[in-house]
Amino acid sequence: MGFLKKIKRWFRSRAAIQHLPVGSITVDRDGQLVTSTVSSAYPKALLGEIGREVLALFRAARAAQMPLAEVSIHFGSLLITARELRGGAVIFLLPQSALSQLPT
Amino acid sequence: MDAPHKILILDDDADWLELCRDIFAQLPSKPEVRTATSSSRALGMLDSEPFRLLICDLKMPRMDGLQVLTVVRRRFPELRTVVLSGLEDEEFRSRAYALGVDLFWLKTDMQRDSKMFMDCLESLLGRDTDGGFRGIQSKGLMDIIQMECLSRSSTVLRITRGPLVAKLWFQNGELFDAEADGACGEAAFRRILAWKSGTFENLPAEPDRQRTINKPINALLLESAQVMDENANLSSETQFIDASHRKTMWKLSLLTREGAEFVIAVPPEGQGEPDALGTQAAEQLADWTRQAAEIVKRLGDKIEAGPLSHITGNSMEKQLMVLPHGKKSFLVGWPPEASAHQLLEHSKKLVASWDS
Repeated sequence: MGFLKKIKRWFRSRAAIQHLPVGSITVDRDGQLVTSTVSSAYPKALLGEIGREVLALFRAARAAQMPLAEVSIHFGSLLITARELRGGAVIFLLPQSALSQLPT
Repeated sequence: MDAPHKILILDDDADWLELCRDIFAQLPSKPEVRTATSSSRALGMLDSEPFRLLICDLKMPRMDGLQVLTVVRRRFPELRTVVLSGLEDEEFRSRAYALGVDLFWLKTDMQRDSKMFMDCLESLLGRDTDGGFRGIQSKGLMDIIQMECLSRSSTVLRITRGPLVAKLWFQNGELFDAEADGACGEAAFRRILAWKSGTFENLPAEPDRQRTINKPINALLLESAQVMDENANLSSETQFIDASHRKTMWKLSLLTREGAEFVIAVPPEGQGEPDALGTQAAEQLADWTRQAAEIVKRLGDKIEAGPLSHITGNSMEKQLMVLPHGKKSFLVGWPPEASAHQLLEHSKKLVASWDS
């Protein structure tokens, strides 16, 4: 039915989907990105969002009198592990596949 | 006669949609097939009329398929979803399944295994949403047990409900023993019967198993049904206090047995008080749990990383685990020396038992 030819033609002409980030980033206490090993194809703005939300998590814990040194967020397809770093954080981003072993 | 189910196909190519419409209209249940060429149009259609199944492409301009599925999962949890894509990247397959899609199929495979694909679609269209034990839809555990007894089976029925596992031993249609969640005998049997859903499997019989249950199965089922009815119809204040006391004691024993320091069940904001055991700072910790769940939900939506499984946190004094469970979030506190590798499994077990 000519599926393959059609599919190839469509995919060449269409927008791509965003891959998940892989690597690590460091953010300072103001949420500014300091260093990153994540591919430059991944939008900087989204990395900044990750940094800011992780810092918000640490701050909320501190406000609840329960300061945390490390936080891991396990999403269905991405593991985010963050370690507090003098008000900022170093954050590791590791996509999870169906075959990945989930660290606790 | 029931109205035919409706299928919505979302793809940005009109020719492909035309082709799919012709093919899917030939399914045995003769569904009504509708199409949409943009995500916003598809979401509008889902808002305005009920659909049984959404078949969605992944690569689309503006809003891609994963974004659509993220929205659909939140707004239409009953809708069955199928991804039909040309992307052979395993990452996208994993992400789609992580978002809770029922089926991921490659367009190339659709051509190759068209019959199997059509069978899968037909099954998704026909499957009921009612509760029950997987394998025998709409049947409660009582029915399954009665079937084992009537057929005079010798088998071991292994029942799983999330992280909870129970076993029932049958010999020539008689119930010999039961084991569930640390309990055994009749107590375990009553506990298992309270489970509303789960999965089960038949294991080979164990004829040497020691008999601990001597009552006839019908008497046991009758007693258990009466107890469940009474619990469901607690009317007087005294009965309510007794039941509440028993529940608290049960939760405390659960907490001690698993070795956790505290558990807090946190309902969404404005929908009741947190239910806590083992901590004086329940309100404060519940607030943090709500905030954490909110922050992480926001983050997950932005980066399209799939639904939250759990959050772990470590401090000098304790290890924390946040687990979403239905509309609630649970915060479980563990001592710092607890083995990190078993925390998730133990926390899930605790949470599943808490609400059962």
